[in-house]
Amino acid sequence: MEWTDEGIVVACRRHGEDGAIVELFTPSRGRHAGYVPGGAGRRLRPVLQPGAQVAATWRARLAEQTGIFRIEPVRPRAALLFEDPPALAALASVAALLSWALPEREPHPALYGATVAVMDRLGAPGWQAAYARWELSLLRELGFGPDLSACAVTGGREGLAHVSPRSGRAVSRAAAGRWADRLLPLPAFLTGPGPEGPGEVAAALEMTGFFLEHWLGAALERRALPGARIRLAEMLARSGRIEDQHRRGVAADRQA
Amino acid sequence: MADPAGHEIDRLIELMSRLPGLGPRSARRAVLTLLRRRQTLMDPLARALAEVAARVHDCPVCGNLATGELCDICADPRRDGSTLCVVEGVADLWALERAGVFRGRYHVLGGVLSALDGVGPEDLAIAALPARIAREGIAEVILALNATVEGQTTAHYLADVLSGSGVRLSALARGVPIGGELDHLDDGTIAAALGARRPLGG
Repeated sequence: MEWTDEGIVVACRRHGEDGAIVELFTPSRGRHAGYVPGGAGRRLRPVLQPGAQVAATWRARLAEQTGIFRIEPVRPRAALLFEDPPALAALASVAALLSWALPEREPHPALYGATVAVMDRLGAPGWQAAYARWELSLLRELGFGPDLSACAVTGGREGLAHVSPRSGRAVSRAAAGRWADRLLPLPAFLTGPGPEGPGEVAAALEMTGFFLEHWLGAALERRALPGARIRLAEMLARSGRIEDQHRRGVAADRQA
Repeated sequence: MADPAGHEIDRLIELMSRLPGLGPRSARRAVLTLLRRRQTLMDPLARALAEVAARVHDCPVCGNLATGELCDICADPRRDGSTLCVVEGVADLWALERAGVFRGRYHVLGGVLSALDGVGPEDLAIAALPARIAREGIAEVILALNATVEGQTTAHYLADVLSGSGVRLSALARGVPIGGELDHLDDGTIAAALGARRPLGG
């Protein structure tokens, strides 16, 4: 058995003295593990950082074996984001969520394309909203995406502002009424054009985080979201609060 | 098949083969060498192992290995108490000490944040750090963590934790290693080196 494909490193565990068991997310084989001789060594360790894009050849006698990867670097991503803490946290979160959520050896080419696209944007203006959309696409790809097409109460497509944590369906601001505080937020940029500020991104991650943890995580029998995802959400929520305070300060200055 | 070495020796070989750099064959060679040089090597080694196993513990201040109440670095009054170097593990502390250029004190985290291994901030010696900085009047904290996603994620987390403490934070530089040839460097290192370039002369 042998195949060659490109892939994204989503996990790398040291195995033995200088080898590593590496999980790649590939377009045609999905999440696929393999042993990399020398993977923990000086030459390959920088290449096998989470989020790195590599060219891989997998070889094994039988298809069900772990097999051996031969890895060549294509695009290092982490080193380019070391000076940008939120973007680095997002890269770590993408890798951790893929390792956490994807079934082994099940191809998801559309999600692969979306993943490469969001990693290409990390660090550029507006990457936070792109990351939130990527989480939504991960949920949809695995069959756990909320239905944001129309209001569950009125059937209308206007003014969608909430999502029901129970049904996973959108609810308009008018229909939510006094139940609004029991519903999850739905920022407009997830259903169409809308502001993509830190507050909106934090709200989007609150919503996707709920479905990742309580729908997808429950189905996978995982107890909690990966630490990298939790830290990213905290980091972006904090920057959202700082930005809101700054906005309020500027508005107060203008009024004065 | 008969056991040529005997149960006790087999057990020793099996334990030795778990050490880094040793496989079953090299462990067997090492054990044979020990047995041949029993008085000059095996007995002193056994005594040294027993002594270290009985006395070594984590330094309560910095997390380094210690045989006394404090480790040698924390107990040394000549070390610069205003600079603290945060490292992932004792191996990194030893590497910095080997270089012999840092004369401050250390703080050993005991690992790095890792989503894969389920290591969170509560599993590391992070909570004690702000109190230690305040108690010892530390002016600068050097984050000497590995240039990996996990190492840098931990560094950023620590920077957040210490942001209100008033301490000066710095991190190790990244780039071309001494004796390194650009042709042999990975793209990430070259990118980091270009990003961290500095003016020459003048």
